[in-house]
Amino acid sequence: MKRDLNIKVKHLTRVEGHGNIVVDMKNGVLQKAQLDIVEAPRFFEAMLKGRNFHEVAIITSRICGICSLGHQMSSLKATEDALGLEVSRQTELLRRILVDGATFQSNTLHSLFLAAPDFLNVGSVFPLINTHKDVVLAALRLKRLANDIGDLISGRAIHPISCVPGGFTSFPTEAALKALRDKMATEGLKDATFIVDVIASLADKIPVFERETEYISVKSDQEYGFYDGLIFSSDSGSYERDKYLDVTNEFVVEHSSGKHARFNRSSYMVGALARFNNSYDQLRPLGKDVAAKLGLSVPNYNPYMNTIAQVVEVANCIDNTIELIDTVLAEGLKNEKPNQEPTKYGRGYGITEVPRGILFHDYTYNRQGNIEKANCIIPTGQNLANIDEDMKKLVPEIIEEGKEKITHKLEMLVRAYDPCISCSVHMLDVEFVE
Amino acid sequence: MSKPKVAFFDFTSCEGCQLNKLNLENDLLALLELVDIVEFREAMDDKADYYDIAFIEGSISTPSCIERIHKIRRKAKILVALGACAVQGGVNGMKNLHPADWVKEEVYGEDKYLFPSMPVQPVGAVVKVDYEIRGCPMSTPEFLHVLKSLILGRKPEIFDHAVCVECKLKENECVLDKGMFCLGPVTRAGCDAICPTFGQYCTGCRGVISNVNEKGAINMLKQHGFSTKEALKKMQMFNALEIEN
Repeated sequence: MKRDLNIKVKHLTRVEGHGNIVVDMKNGVLQKAQLDIVEAPRFFEAMLKGRNFHEVAIITSRICGICSLGHQMSSLKATEDALGLEVSRQTELLRRILVDGATFQSNTLHSLFLAAPDFLNVGSVFPLINTHKDVVLAALRLKRLANDIGDLISGRAIHPISCVPGGFTSFPTEAALKALRDKMATEGLKDATFIVDVIASLADKIPVFERETEYISVKSDQEYGFYDGLIFSSDSGSYERDKYLDVTNEFVVEHSSGKHARFNRSSYMVGALARFNNSYDQLRPLGKDVAAKLGLSVPNYNPYMNTIAQVVEVANCIDNTIELIDTVLAEGLKNEKPNQEPTKYGRGYGITEVPRGILFHDYTYNRQGNIEKANCIIPTGQNLANIDEDMKKLVPEIIEEGKEKITHKLEMLVRAYDPCISCSVHMLDVEFVE
Repeated sequence: MSKPKVAFFDFTSCEGCQLNKLNLENDLLALLELVDIVEFREAMDDKADYYDIAFIEGSISTPSCIERIHKIRRKAKILVALGACAVQGGVNGMKNLHPADWVKEEVYGEDKYLFPSMPVQPVGAVVKVDYEIRGCPMSTPEFLHVLKSLILGRKPEIFDHAVCVECKLKENECVLDKGMFCLGPVTRAGCDAICPTFGQYCTGCRGVISNVNEKGAINMLKQHGFSTKEALKKMQMFNALEIEN
């Protein structure tokens, strides 16, 4: 069909930040299919200049309310790398618990509150309170439980307080940690199982679409790659963290205040599906069971399934947190002082997975312990080129469908990436041109 | 009486304050019985023509921000600034401490003129703000207090004493006495001294108290071994638009 089609969705809803979807097809030829990022630029790298190493994670946390814990983790690791600060095993265990909590909080929020309304043909989670109250309540309990982890160990789930270079400034009591562990093992696992069954029953609502791309994530042979590991590309294997610029190759495009990235192909994907594809073998048995129940197997090339991979991670994170807390309690919680005596000054790299994908912080410190140069490369920015490429393949495939349906599928596509636009500029309005 | 129409909007920010509201898991359903949320882009598709209460998160930092906040103000009976970025500029204000052109070049290089950006301003510098909820992030109990007061037609009281007062009530060891830096003596209370309680220093995220003795504060920090330059720099983290070099 030699169709003219013009779609313009201004300020896409149910995503973090401001973006517009623009599609322009003339006489059956696709002229344009892209996500415009119209978020106000933030300029964090410039604001960090001259700031002392004690302040840096406090500031970088403010890049994003949803991934504030993740930004702190990459930030602290970069600072510790640059200043030669060793951290204790207990610090690493507590940080891993926080990363699991922040991941399953964010994944629950996105998959159940922002994406799931699409599967049920409603515009938000609010109508579901009347029609699917038991599901909404279970999802709220899961979200609360995840936030309890952050509140207990770091003082506050959004913009954590006690995570500092070299360790922690305060610690929970063993009794409170044990109570949290027991709640996760009972209520948490029960609610997660219930949610998995609900999502499994909606699996046929996920659009059928495939586009194989390059998947990049943190990978470790010790654990499902989140807190530590090497940079891994599904196309070309592992890279040390100081090679991150060779992987990301950021470039500026006019339609996005968030920079794009590419490596071996014209675009690559980061996030839950990339982690799932790259680290499936390191999933816990429960994670593998949930994936099987939800019909997700490796490799999977459907970007809409990113939401499903997030649900797999929710169950996996809860299970993993229980084991981590058991380890901390078995070894005994010590009131350690953070190690904040620099042994060197220079450049350091901090790389972790945040819910939306791999996050790079790169700092150079002077001899006063102040930032000379900072660079942060955010997951959503890395996904932007891949979203555009997906749209270019998807639109011609569904061009026979009505404009409303096409628009909805495009919105769902962008949403599936769980974009975090405030981060990426440091997104969304659909523009249909007919 | 029909339920008040409430809307949420975000400008230049991390959207953490809005998110903090979604973190009211235990109270969210009860809250929805009291108000109609008519616009909240981060969570829902709907749009509205009139708001009884509009909550604004984030700073004003681009020409399009100015246009959008004017449109919202025209449709809003009550406008509330939500969080440090909206109330006093927050961390965004640190951008103004550097030359504007250098800031753009540092992030976008030779493409620095693609994305218009202006010095950061709080919402109140552009349109009238009726009430403020401070903090980075905002505290959820304070948000609930302000919302409940407005629904009942009462004026919500705003704290104007120092974080020090709340910190003493928590019986925390004085942060300055521990040898750490602290802005508790000059920062507005309302956070229940959460940072000192978790072993951190007060970073001043809620802004300075209205009758602040800036010189006195700097003298006191000097006595604890912190230079004027360092004290000012730390005060600027969340308050760059109020604390001059």
